[in-house]
Amino acid sequence: MARHRNVRNRNYSDEYDYDDVYGHSVEEDSCMSPSDADQWLYDRSRNQQAMSNFLDSHNDIQEETEEQTAAAHRSLERRESMDLRGLNLSEDDEIKLMSCLDELRNVLGDTIPENILVQSVLKHRFNYDKALDEILNNKAKEDKNVPVVPLPPVIIEPIKAPVIATIDTPKVITTKIEPNKAAVIKGFRIGDETPKSCPQTPRDQSPAKRDRTPSRADQEDKVFTKVKENKTDPNTQYNIERGSDKDHLYIVVIGHVDAGKSTLMGRLLCELGEVSQRTLHKYEQESKKIGKQSFMYAWVLDETGEERVRGITMDVGRAQFETKTKKVIILDAPGHADFIPNMITGAGQADVALLVVDATRGEFESGFDLGGQTREHALLVRSLGVNQLAVAVNKLDTSNWSQERFNEITKKLKAFLKQAGFKDSDVTFVPCSGLTGENLVKAPTEAELLSWYSGPCLLDVIDKFNVPQRPVSKPLRMSINDIFKGTGSGFCVAGRIENGVLNKGDKVLVCPSKEMAEVRSLSINDLTSNSAFAGDQVSVTLSGVEMQNVAVGFILSDPIQQVPVTTRFEARLVVFNVKVPITKGFPVLIHHQSLVESANIVKLKALLNKSTGEVMKKKPRCLGNNSVAVVEIEASKPICIERYKDVKELGRVMLRVAGVTIAAGLVTDIINI
Amino acid sequence: MKCGGLEASDLGTVDAVVLTEAASEDVDDGAGGCIALVPEEPEDMWHAYNLIAKGDVVTASTVRKVQTESSTGSSTSNRVRTTLTIRVETIDFDTQACVLRLKGRNIVENQYVKMGAYHTLDLELNRKFTLQKILWDSVALERVELACDPAASADVAAVVMQEGLAHVCLITPSMTLVRSKIDVNIPRKRKGFVQQHEKGLNKFYEAVMQGILRHIDFNIVKCVILASPGFVKDQFFDYMMQQAIKTDNKLLIENKSKFLLVKASSGFKHSLKEVLQEPAVIAKISDTKAASEVKLLESFYTMLQLEPAKAFYGKKHVEKANEAMAIETLMISDKLFRCQDILKRKEYVGLVDSARENGSDVRIFSSMHVSGEQLDQLTGIAAVLRFPMPELEDSDDENDIDSD
Repeated sequence: MARHRNVRNRNYSDEYDYDDVYGHSVEEDSCMSPSDADQWLYDRSRNQQAMSNFLDSHNDIQEETEEQTAAAHRSLERRESMDLRGLNLSEDDEIKLMSCLDELRNVLGDTIPENILVQSVLKHRFNYDKALDEILNNKAKEDKNVPVVPLPPVIIEPIKAPVIATIDTPKVITTKIEPNKAAVIKGFRIGDETPKSCPQTPRDQSPAKRDRTPSRADQEDKVFTKVKENKTDPNTQYNIERGSDKDHLYIVVIGHVDAGKSTLMGRLLCELGEVSQRTLHKYEQESKKIGKQSFMYAWVLDETGEERVRGITMDVGRAQFETKTKKVIILDAPGHADFIPNMITGAGQADVALLVVDATRGEFESGFDLGGQTREHALLVRSLGVNQLAVAVNKLDTSNWSQERFNEITKKLKAFLKQAGFKDSDVTFVPCSGLTGENLVKAPTEAELLSWYSGPCLLDVIDKFNVPQRPVSKPLRMSINDIFKGTGSGFCVAGRIENGVLNKGDKVLVCPSKEMAEVRSLSINDLTSNSAFAGDQVSVTLSGVEMQNVAVGFILSDPIQQVPVTTRFEARLVVFNVKVPITKGFPVLIHHQSLVESANIVKLKALLNKSTGEVMKKKPRCLGNNSVAVVEIEASKPICIERYKDVKELGRVMLRVAGVTIAAGLVTDIINI
Repeated sequence: MKCGGLEASDLGTVDAVVLTEAASEDVDDGAGGCIALVPEEPEDMWHAYNLIAKGDVVTASTVRKVQTESSTGSSTSNRVRTTLTIRVETIDFDTQACVLRLKGRNIVENQYVKMGAYHTLDLELNRKFTLQKILWDSVALERVELACDPAASADVAAVVMQEGLAHVCLITPSMTLVRSKIDVNIPRKRKGFVQQHEKGLNKFYEAVMQGILRHIDFNIVKCVILASPGFVKDQFFDYMMQQAIKTDNKLLIENKSKFLLVKASSGFKHSLKEVLQEPAVIAKISDTKAASEVKLLESFYTMLQLEPAKAFYGKKHVEKANEAMAIETLMISDKLFRCQDILKRKEYVGLVDSARENGSDVRIFSSMHVSGEQLDQLTGIAAVLRFPMPELEDSDDENDIDSD
């Protein structure tokens, strides 16, 4: 008891000596959730693999700056991890290799990572004994190094701290660094913002990664400041919170079925080290089992059993990575015509788009010409307000990296995209191959491609996108695209903040049901946060409303400056290619953000001239192909909608009939009933 | 009161019984008379709803609460069954329960009910009622004939669904009834939360399955259409059959062959239109009015696209086209004949009659079908012409405001 009382009454500032701080941080770690704790726990197979990799490049570390080490090390590790296909083995050799590996594993167990095994087996031309010999010798050498092992990871701090150069006893050093950080670098939210990108690199698992402690303390500071900030200009708040961070960029990946969207993204994530080796290996094995090995990268994004079995994406997949200047969140849209509603939901949240086309002869044509989704997707994203586009000419390896083919495709697409309303300067074409990983994150290595292509790789193109201005100072609007049970009390809604700022503890109005709710907690990309700004994808834990009373497509709105709710509105339509003309009374589905609702066109008000916008005819009988018109639309239920001139994102609607997009519209007026 | 007779239609789904022999054998339009009808199935109520107009006289047996005052002054109230004759003032139709409710003043006094007292008649199945009209026009007579058509009506059930939304519908020759609407929120897939998505999906399938079991009578229905985009229908069908085997549900297992899986673009009701155009469905339900109506409306739209001068909608245009004897097919919604304004009804009946005289094909759409709903929105009247009439197209600046 006495000891406890001591602790309670202790004056922290007095006793804030190194040992205590160190102890404190340990305590912090131990009260993490089991899944978090998992990362810190010793896992034999994981750790060994990472550790031995680390040893190989160990000598370099101290000579390089931290950032470089990180990059170099990561890529090295990736390159070492080979998948068997990458080795170009003949079938016989592959079998030999497999049997050697099995034998080696019998002896060594899982202590040695597979890539090392494979390498040594290949080195000794499938001679099992020699390979084993070499591995064991190496291991013996490593063992001598072992005493050094626990030390180096501690050295690497994500922040530049000049102290590092003089390390001898890391234990002491870390403790020195930590209080410094907490005190000096305010607003540096490492714990929040750095994604745990590659949990297998040694430094992630090392005790030095304990910068969580200071960042938490840091957050608490913020809560206090926030209370005051709330009343201040949201722009200032935005600048304070986000000014120092990388810009967030949301990018939707679109294209025809089987153009290779998921594979391309999966591969990109693997190359960037966002997917752990073990997971990838698992996918490889499992996909092989059902005979779809080419889908292994796609599985990174296609997670449900249904999607994997069918080999197509059905709902929008999400993942994130970082480029030099940006934090990129990718939304992998389904390409299948039946899932366009899902694709619209995804595209509605994106800032820019990546159009993937299959360069294989015949495939591009079938995806692009009538009936293919390439056109519809491109038109949709354009109508949803995306104006920057990158086109990945995928699977170019199938036509032997032919420049001719690339030019043919670019020519066709350029003409179409221009017509669709994309500026030439906003569209970039990149040749690449998702399955082989060519020209994704690094400059190409294929001779055929190098001979004519000198442009940027896909990652650079993504890096060069402009981040649009975020309307943080407007009243809050957040569209809900998912409702689910969270881990704690209450339930979560996920969606994108279109306008304004959302803070923890805010009262929001759930529209169109007009119920008040309170924001219990916020998380952006699975990391809890205290505030979120326009453009962010957040999941919000709500209290004060019933889960059944909230539906996908609802809007969280500012309680004072509310979002208009109506069933009837006037819109300016651009009619696409339609099989039958649009008349009065035409039943349609309106897609508005993630909302899908049945509606009727109740009045055709005027037919407009396409280029000048002048009224050509009042009350037309019907609207044909490619016409522009003002119509009145009545939804079957009240919906939240805004005039386009007020809030762009909420002022756009898509009209679909029988699985085909027939028109895109901008809301010009809201008619109150 | 004159009581013109009608010839007895053969006793079919609705039995028409002649009460009095008519003075004139042949009933022309414009003749008055009364007719006794026995509704035998819910659909007949719909026909009755379309037949009875404001001002008609209906005699039916009903239950009325009667208060009696004894000589001592104490009053007792009891319910008596009696036959009443009322002049109809308001007509209400409950589409879900298929109940027709007629309100009006009593015009034949009996021992319980005074002259002029208000009464509300609930028309009941299998109970005779007598309808008396001052004027039986062609449309009304046609309706009686239609109702008495003995051809066994084939009922079809359809479930249109998408992830999270389903409509369980019953399609009869002249009605599409939404029996149950299932709207369940299914969490999206997200990293590490795949189970929630799958759990939500199973919950949804369970609800749809219960909807089918509760609302579809497999003895009547000859085919159940499952329609959805993507794989929802297949997944659902697998789920349902698995559950049927697990719970040993004989009903589902025995009727497995009645299920028909087709593609639809969404789970909203109007995607039934697509379903009814599927060749596989048409083959199964060839005799249903719904499918032919969808086809007709589609042909109208195609004509509007290809030759706009040969397809018109709206009363004024169609009337003008009829004057020129140009109408090949006239599509008209039965909602227009139900209108309260007798003069207006007369106009529409006149239009139909004259179009028939001119040799056009007249189709009266049921406003309870999806295609009829759409036609209703499209002013309720549309026509495909024999020859183009471009002059109509130009002259439409000031009119076309009739319905909204």
